[in-house]
Amino acid sequence: MSDITLKINGTEVTVEAGTMVLDAARKAGAEIPTLCNLEGLEPFGACRLCVVEIVRGGRSRIVASCLYPVENGIDVLTESEKVVRYRRTILELLKARWPLIDKKLLEKYGVPADRMVPRDNFCIMCGICVRHCSERRKENVLGFVGRGIERQVVSYTVRAKKVCPECFDKELSCLRFCPTGVIVNDCATVCPASRDEEAFAKPVRVRDDDNAAAVKKSLGDA
Amino acid sequence: MSEIIKLSSPSDFESLREKIIKGRDPNRTAVAVCSGPGCLAYASGKVFKRFEEALSAAGLEGEVTLAQTGCHGFCERGPSVVILPDEICYLRVSPEDVNEIVETTLKNGAVVERLLYKGEDGLPIQKESDIPFYKYQQKVVFGDNKRIDPRSIEDYIARGGYTALVKAITTMTPEAVIAEVKDSGLRGRGGGGFPAGAKWEATAKPPADTRYVIVNADEGDPGAYMDRGILEGNPHSVIEGLMIGGYAIGANEGYIYVRQEYPLAIDNVLYALDVLRELGLLGENILGTGFSFDIIVHKGAGAFVSGESSALMSAIEGRVGEPRPKYIRTSISGLRGKPSCLNNVETWANVPLIINKGANWFKSIGTEGSKGTKIFSLVGNVKNTGLVEVPMGMTLRQIIFDIGGGIRDDKEFKAVQTGGPSGGVIPEEMLDLHVDYDELYSAGSMMGSGGMIVMDKDTCMVNVAKYFLEFLSDESCGKCVPCRDGIDQLLEVLRRMTAGTARPDDLDLIEDISVMMKECALCGLGQSAPNPVLSSIKYFKDEYVAHINDKSCPGGVCKALIAYTIDVEKCIGCGKCMKVCPVNAISGDKKKPHKVNNALCVKCDSCYQECPSKVQAVTKIRQADVITAFATSEEAANE
Repeated sequence: MSDITLKINGTEVTVEAGTMVLDAARKAGAEIPTLCNLEGLEPFGACRLCVVEIVRGGRSRIVASCLYPVENGIDVLTESEKVVRYRRTILELLKARWPLIDKKLLEKYGVPADRMVPRDNFCIMCGICVRHCSERRKENVLGFVGRGIERQVVSYTVRAKKVCPECFDKELSCLRFCPTGVIVNDCATVCPASRDEEAFAKPVRVRDDDNAAAVKKSLGDA
Repeated sequence: MSEIIKLSSPSDFESLREKIIKGRDPNRTAVAVCSGPGCLAYASGKVFKRFEEALSAAGLEGEVTLAQTGCHGFCERGPSVVILPDEICYLRVSPEDVNEIVETTLKNGAVVERLLYKGEDGLPIQKESDIPFYKYQQKVVFGDNKRIDPRSIEDYIARGGYTALVKAITTMTPEAVIAEVKDSGLRGRGGGGFPAGAKWEATAKPPADTRYVIVNADEGDPGAYMDRGILEGNPHSVIEGLMIGGYAIGANEGYIYVRQEYPLAIDNVLYALDVLRELGLLGENILGTGFSFDIIVHKGAGAFVSGESSALMSAIEGRVGEPRPKYIRTSISGLRGKPSCLNNVETWANVPLIINKGANWFKSIGTEGSKGTKIFSLVGNVKNTGLVEVPMGMTLRQIIFDIGGGIRDDKEFKAVQTGGPSGGVIPEEMLDLHVDYDELYSAGSMMGSGGMIVMDKDTCMVNVAKYFLEFLSDESCGKCVPCRDGIDQLLEVLRRMTAGTARPDDLDLIEDISVMMKECALCGLGQSAPNPVLSSIKYFKDEYVAHINDKSCPGGVCKALIAYTIDVEKCIGCGKCMKVCPVNAISGDKKKPHKVNNALCVKCDSCYQECPSKVQAVTKIRQADVITAFATSEEAANE
């Protein structure tokens, strides 16, 4: 593979073609926060925290660095004014869902308090558990249902009953990778890995009982 | 088709064409009953049945051609029936009118005056093309609808159908076809207006064993149905365009991704494809030219986001219709990782015309940067709603006032929303804007697929923005944070505004979320989602400020902010408002001024609408003022 030369915050670096900007920048010592990115999983591009500004020939563009392959001659700005401003708003949105988000990160980007309406459902839909289960464990127990703000992670009951108890609490269990800890925190009641028979049919994140019943129904109660 | 003979050479096609044209008398009387979605809802199906019965009863079956055609465009006055060749246009035809039409017009050659369009001077207009709604249009793509039975390939061939395909595959190289389309300046009719020729070229370029061409018929903007009109009324025009594109790009397989909610479009397209296969115009070695092509219809499951190119391709592959986050063009790696060219219905329908009439003809219509015509769905508070096709560059004023007939109930014009949920609003000051891709874009809106929603002065712009965001919040796929949570929080802000609980810094919050979404969201849906809010703030900031600071709704729409009162000076005591009030909140003696009890009022707006326009005694005031008024009267009572 050929090498690509680009600038990260003004410093020239050379990396292998096909490398993502995120990895190149981190290698060059830049700090870029991520949530949905996890080594070993396909980049997902959902949290958008890793956005950077890419300048080429005087034209700049904001991209998700976890998915943007390096290109010759581009100038990557990981902390430009725009980037900082956008990250601040994204963190603010994330905080509304997940109040326990890293305080240091909030402080670093100066996230204002209490502007957003709290949506305390904790799960940030990073999809790590879903992707981990399908890509690494090849089990496909978890999946997304619903669109927009109604999107949620659910478990496929029939398979969860079989697979989750075997996987539960082991080194490669999904709950070890959940960045918000929502699976860990709630595992006694909602995690598909829980041995509580009733809970098997519940989604990972429960909005209300009606919804859970609907999901239960749509998944076909086993 | 009466008899199917498989065509195996271009000359076979030519002789079939000659045979069809020879067998047709251009002066033969034909009755075109519109079966577009609007007319069907007004029982045009029954009108058609009555025509069948009446024609056979009158013994005219052999002399008159009767067809259920696609949308004629004038949906406001549907069902529309056009009698050819004289183009006598009957509007709002009910099944009961059919016998009279058959008797008077078809038998005796006279017109049924009461069913004709009445001009502003009150005189009836007989010919369809003389009606103002049609007069200013230039129907290039949409015009054949009334002359074609969508189930008859003969009708299409008689109108010159498939000659462009034959011309392309027998006399032109793929490169020449691309060059012609590129030269024509045709731009995508589905949204961003990307040059179609450049897209074709980019798809044809990368080395690949397979390529795909795809029709995007996942039309989903609220109030827009142009693509439905074309697919239902003239499916062959889209198919022919797709085939030409397939030939030019080097694809042997095409897809039509059409939403399931368009059953008639799906039926008509499937029927057309069957006929084409039987004729040998679709399949292996078409007309012996060595060009093989087939088309698969994929029914969409009703997600707006599936109109996004990579999401649409995911859906065809059988996966969830979610946009792909990767930064790679579908022209390089699209459907199944192969170079794929996606254009929308109207874009493909333009292609046969460009090939037949040439790029120079196409370029002669339109403006510098936008060539050809565009179909708009003109809806909202406008007198003549319907589908209109106009040359690019016509002003908004011409479209809304000359074609659309102005604002309903002669109210004042306030704004027009173009481009669907991704577009924006354009205020009155900009009515003379020439409608093309670039001018709309620089006005903060966009062409989109051609939705045009006209709004009168009784519209609240905050409420309109809220409506579009509600639509988008249902339709966002929910994958990325900016779109999923950004829309959610924006919506919360707008809900606060319309409920009178907005915070002083809410405009800043909107700004912060919106600019972030525009650059950080994963796909076009999220990137353009703040547009309805941003563009209405741009032109109607005072309304937002009124909602926030003054807790008032200038449009008089937001229920939490308004209250009704009756002006004692103006009220004539007719009692109309009292009768219509569902909660008995209005009281008063005959011929004496009436009164609204705001404690009972549910703000249904009935009294406001019922009050005679000459009187206009019922008025809207700020809710906040009502509370103060009560407080003062209570204080007075206590004292």
